[in-house]
Amino acid sequence: MTDSVTLPREEPAVTLRPPLRSRVGRIFRTYPVVSIVVLGLLVLMAIAAPLIAPYPPTFGALLDRHAAPSLFGADSTHLLGADNVGRDVLSRIMYGARVSLMVAAGTILIAGTLGTFLGLISGWYGGWIDEAIMRLVDAMNAIPVILIALVLAVAIGPSFYMLLGVLALGQWPLFARQVRAETLSLRSRDYVHLAHVAGASTGRILWRHIVPGVFSTILVVATNQVGTVILAEAGLSFLGVGVPPPTPSLGGMISEGRLYLFEAWWISAFPGIAIALIVLSLVFIGDWLRDRLDPTLRQLE
Amino acid sequence: MLVFLRKRLIAAGIAVLLVTLIIFVLARIQGDPRTLYLVDNNVSQEMYDALGRELGLDKPIVVQYVLFLGRLVRGDLGISIHEHRPVLDIVLERLPNTLQLAGAAFVLSLLVGVPMGVLSAVQRGRIWDLVGRMFAVLGHSLPSFWVGIMLIFVFAVKLRWLPAFGHGGPSHFILPAIALGWASAGAQMRLVRSAMLETLGSQYVILARAKGVGHARVIFHHALRNALLAPLTFAGLTIGGLITGAIITETVFAWPGLGTLAINSVASSDYAVLQGTMVIITLFYIGSSLCVDLIYGLVDPRIRL
Repeated sequence: MTDSVTLPREEPAVTLRPPLRSRVGRIFRTYPVVSIVVLGLLVLMAIAAPLIAPYPPTFGALLDRHAAPSLFGADSTHLLGADNVGRDVLSRIMYGARVSLMVAAGTILIAGTLGTFLGLISGWYGGWIDEAIMRLVDAMNAIPVILIALVLAVAIGPSFYMLLGVLALGQWPLFARQVRAETLSLRSRDYVHLAHVAGASTGRILWRHIVPGVFSTILVVATNQVGTVILAEAGLSFLGVGVPPPTPSLGGMISEGRLYLFEAWWISAFPGIAIALIVLSLVFIGDWLRDRLDPTLRQLE
Repeated sequence: MLVFLRKRLIAAGIAVLLVTLIIFVLARIQGDPRTLYLVDNNVSQEMYDALGRELGLDKPIVVQYVLFLGRLVRGDLGISIHEHRPVLDIVLERLPNTLQLAGAAFVLSLLVGVPMGVLSAVQRGRIWDLVGRMFAVLGHSLPSFWVGIMLIFVFAVKLRWLPAFGHGGPSHFILPAIALGWASAGAQMRLVRSAMLETLGSQYVILARAKGVGHARVIFHHALRNALLAPLTFAGLTIGGLITGAIITETVFAWPGLGTLAINSVASSDYAVLQGTMVIITLFYIGSSLCVDLIYGLVDPRIRL
């Protein structure tokens, strides 16, 4: 018997559960609690906008023109102020966030599906198919999407679906590249060979054995890119080629407000803060997800 | 190296073809270009057909595309319908302003990003590290145009320290360069920080310290020099992004560059100017990333694989 040393047993008495404070502290250290709460509240606010918005987003009372935000103690009925035609800034932010989030979700869905599909094919088949898709990915990285959006807006006119298409055009290569790399490493795993030997069709192998394996990668890329898409959408709306008015958009509000900076800075300031809050919480959640699901992508922190 | 070079060149070629194809197709969607030339409607069918032959409209669409590419290669970007001047002249007048702005933002991002990254790595976990990381994450999350507008509000409208709009002396550069360069300064800072952390923990730095080399010399001579390769290549990659990012920043600051030109041509539906601007910016974008790739490939043999 070599292991005759008896390890001193830990005292099982008083502190079976760590005190509440340190438990709460651990939750805060393990999960991005603040980001999740902030993002959750903003998403809820956007979804419930028709129910909770204090004013209609496209209706302005001219008497309320440039009403100061009551948040800072001004005597008005508008928490975040009113814009140059008396529309409530808070209500417009709620509806604008709705559009931003819808565009971002739609874009990531389209780009994720397309990119995953092409990445799978590229990694699985290799050869000239791989070569062709990867050169296309490289080429897409060299195309400034913002310019394509401008040209499209002039040639066809801005619309919701065009916006989705253009943004997805810029996003799918990221998914394709990551999924391809993962597929390449999964392709030579034993369980994939076994599935092949057992007579599974290529489609079945890809769907049942590869896709679940690359799913965490897709999730990480998606979370990290949602913020980028929201910023890009805001930029295009700012340039006037986003979702066309009268639909309120955060970028559009910032653009309108800059003409009235001197009298009413809040028209521009608050939508920007809303964008920043959404993107910031997505960044923190994205970093956390990446560290949890895909440690190979982790940078030295 | 040759394989790497070939791959890069093919990708760049595809990118150029794709962009020109998009422009060409969208120009066709706009309608028959003859309607722009013939203002009055009472032209005979013969004249109409003759003009069509002159413009190459009687040829198959593929041939038309090749002819279009040929005109681009010769620098013929068409004529602005508003200014009645060749588009190439208009674009070349504006190009230096955009390059100046992008250059200023580039220099700023290096001047701020590299020292902050070093400070952050050396002070890891302490207050300056926290400040540096907040700076980086805010640069990534705040919309550049919003930062620009808020800078105008604070420094031009309220404090009246700096000019808000236009293009003139050095003071005109400060606000636009901050708005445009913040994001890349933050990214630069993060890269320098993580590269520095890596080299600071390496064997040769430990050896240098053991030999009794001074703190500052270890940081700047031993660690920083070895940590700079990745950030410097990244710096090259940001140039393309700064040029396209300038489109938005120029709009905020009424900067007379390619961005405002493009936006004005959107507003006035001057398609020729827009497509000319787009071709030039895309060429710069593709060209700069191609150059950086090639330099990177030469400097770092690992990347060629």
